[in-house]
Amino acid sequence: MIPTAFDYVAPTSLEDALSALAEAGDDAKVLGGGQSLLPVLRLRLNAPEKIVDLSRIDSLRGISDDGDTIVIGAMTTHDEVARSELVREHAAVLAEAASTVADPQIRHRGTLGGALVHADPAGDLGAPVLALDAELVVVGAGGERRIPAGEFFQDLFETAVGEGELLTAIRIPKHTGWGGAYEKFVRVSHQWSIVAVAAVTRDGEAKVALTNMGSTPLRASAVESAIADGASVKDAAAKAAEGTNPPSDLNGDSDYRAHLATVLTRRALARAMGG
Amino acid sequence: MPRISVKVDGVTYSDDVEPRTLLVHYLRETLGKVGTVIGCDTSNCGACTVHLDGRSVKSCNVLAVQADGREVTTIEGLATNGRLHPMQQAFHDCHALQCGFCTPGMIMQAVDLVTENPNASEAEIREGMEGNLCRCTGYHNIVKAVQQGASATASAAGGEQS
Ligand SMILES: Cc1cc2nc3c(=O)[nH]c(=O)nc-3n(C[C@H](O)[C@H](O)[C@H](O)COP(=O)(O)OP(=O)(O)OC[C@H]3O[C@@H](n4cnc5c(N)ncnc54)[C@H](O)[C@@H]3O)c2cc1C
Repeated sequence: MIPTAFDYVAPTSLEDALSALAEAGDDAKVLGGGQSLLPVLRLRLNAPEKIVDLSRIDSLRGISDDGDTIVIGAMTTHDEVARSELVREHAAVLAEAASTVADPQIRHRGTLGGALVHADPAGDLGAPVLALDAELVVVGAGGERRIPAGEFFQDLFETAVGEGELLTAIRIPKHTGWGGAYEKFVRVSHQWSIVAVAAVTRDGEAKVALTNMGSTPLRASAVESAIADGASVKDAAAKAAEGTNPPSDLNGDSDYRAHLATVLTRRALARAMGG
Repeated sequence: MPRISVKVDGVTYSDDVEPRTLLVHYLRETLGKVGTVIGCDTSNCGACTVHLDGRSVKSCNVLAVQADGREVTTIEGLATNGRLHPMQQAFHDCHALQCGFCTPGMIMQAVDLVTENPNASEAEIREGMEGNLCRCTGYHNIVKAVQQGASATASAAGGEQS
């Protein structure tokens, strides 16, 4: 189908984008890479009056080194994240997860910022960002806020980004020398995660986050404390579904997902630890 | 209506378009480039794959206005001087199609893939083509064609250099 008619602006600066959004209020929608929004518009699940396209704002794109942090512009594509030497060295689990998103064509357009704001619970980029203790930089008329990943995801398709605000960058503390692994389970190629697990590890320490085990990405705290207390990978991974409330759908019921989470956590931890 | 200027298959066009026009509709309906086809409504099938500034994209999932000032290559722009591109020739030689509907997108994605990774293994080819669905062939001859197209592209490039 063809989307309903809308006005379109493609500002070249952040200030212009914010004023375009402020002017249009809740009739406006931000366009990132368009790989989730355009399907939504085509199915007419949403009919904004104005589209503010961020793709001509150069400052929102690219990956830079900021001391002990790497900074990824919101409009950086999945393909750029997956290939980046900086990301592979200091946040390997995110590069791996980005390389599992959809297919090459969609990775050439879809952006890290768009995926995070879209906040589909089956999306692959929330869990690695959460496991890496990232901060999300959100800018609005009132200035800039830095939001810890743990507070960013609020519910299904809901984040801390408010009306008139933009996600501009993702700041990731360097995890240089840590192991990382993203274990994604799908039954056919080019599918959203049924369940996936992001693990980041070093001696006696693990950070683990789960994809599609609830309405938002979740930290597997029970697994993390078990590793900190010296438990084996197998015993720690058995706790992966503790405190989660996984969905039931055509791809699998809740119990099945709970079981998958333990298996994938074991694999992710083992691989991150080099086993 | 905004006016856009896009270079498509080497020719620059200027047109007024409604912002909601998808790139694929602009190519087919305004420019008459019906070689690029529409196979689904969900951006899964990849039949509409074209290159935007040199990288493969699904043209049903890009607005025409987003292509303003940029360069698009479609399946119709691959052949040079009446000679098929090596990847097109490989699809022909390997009989990498039955109904042929997915073929334009398959070839455009295959060209992107081998440009990126000229020595792709069979597994890498299967993964690199995962955004393109074929409902007839079982993919076997498509993979063979991409392998043949990769080596033909490499030797054509080598020939040009010498
Ligand atoms: C066939 C198909 C398969 C897919 N498979 C997967 C998969 O396996 N795993 C996966 O994770 N994803 C998958 N995706 C989704 C893909 O990752 C999208 O790229 C991503 O969800 C959205 O990113 P985008 O840049 O395209 O955002 P858009 O589609 O442009 O926007 C998405 C939402 O975020 C908002 N937005 C975008 N950027 C910003 C910003 N900077 N600030 C504020 N708001 C913003 C938009 O208003 C919109 O609400 C798939 C998509 C398709 C079509």
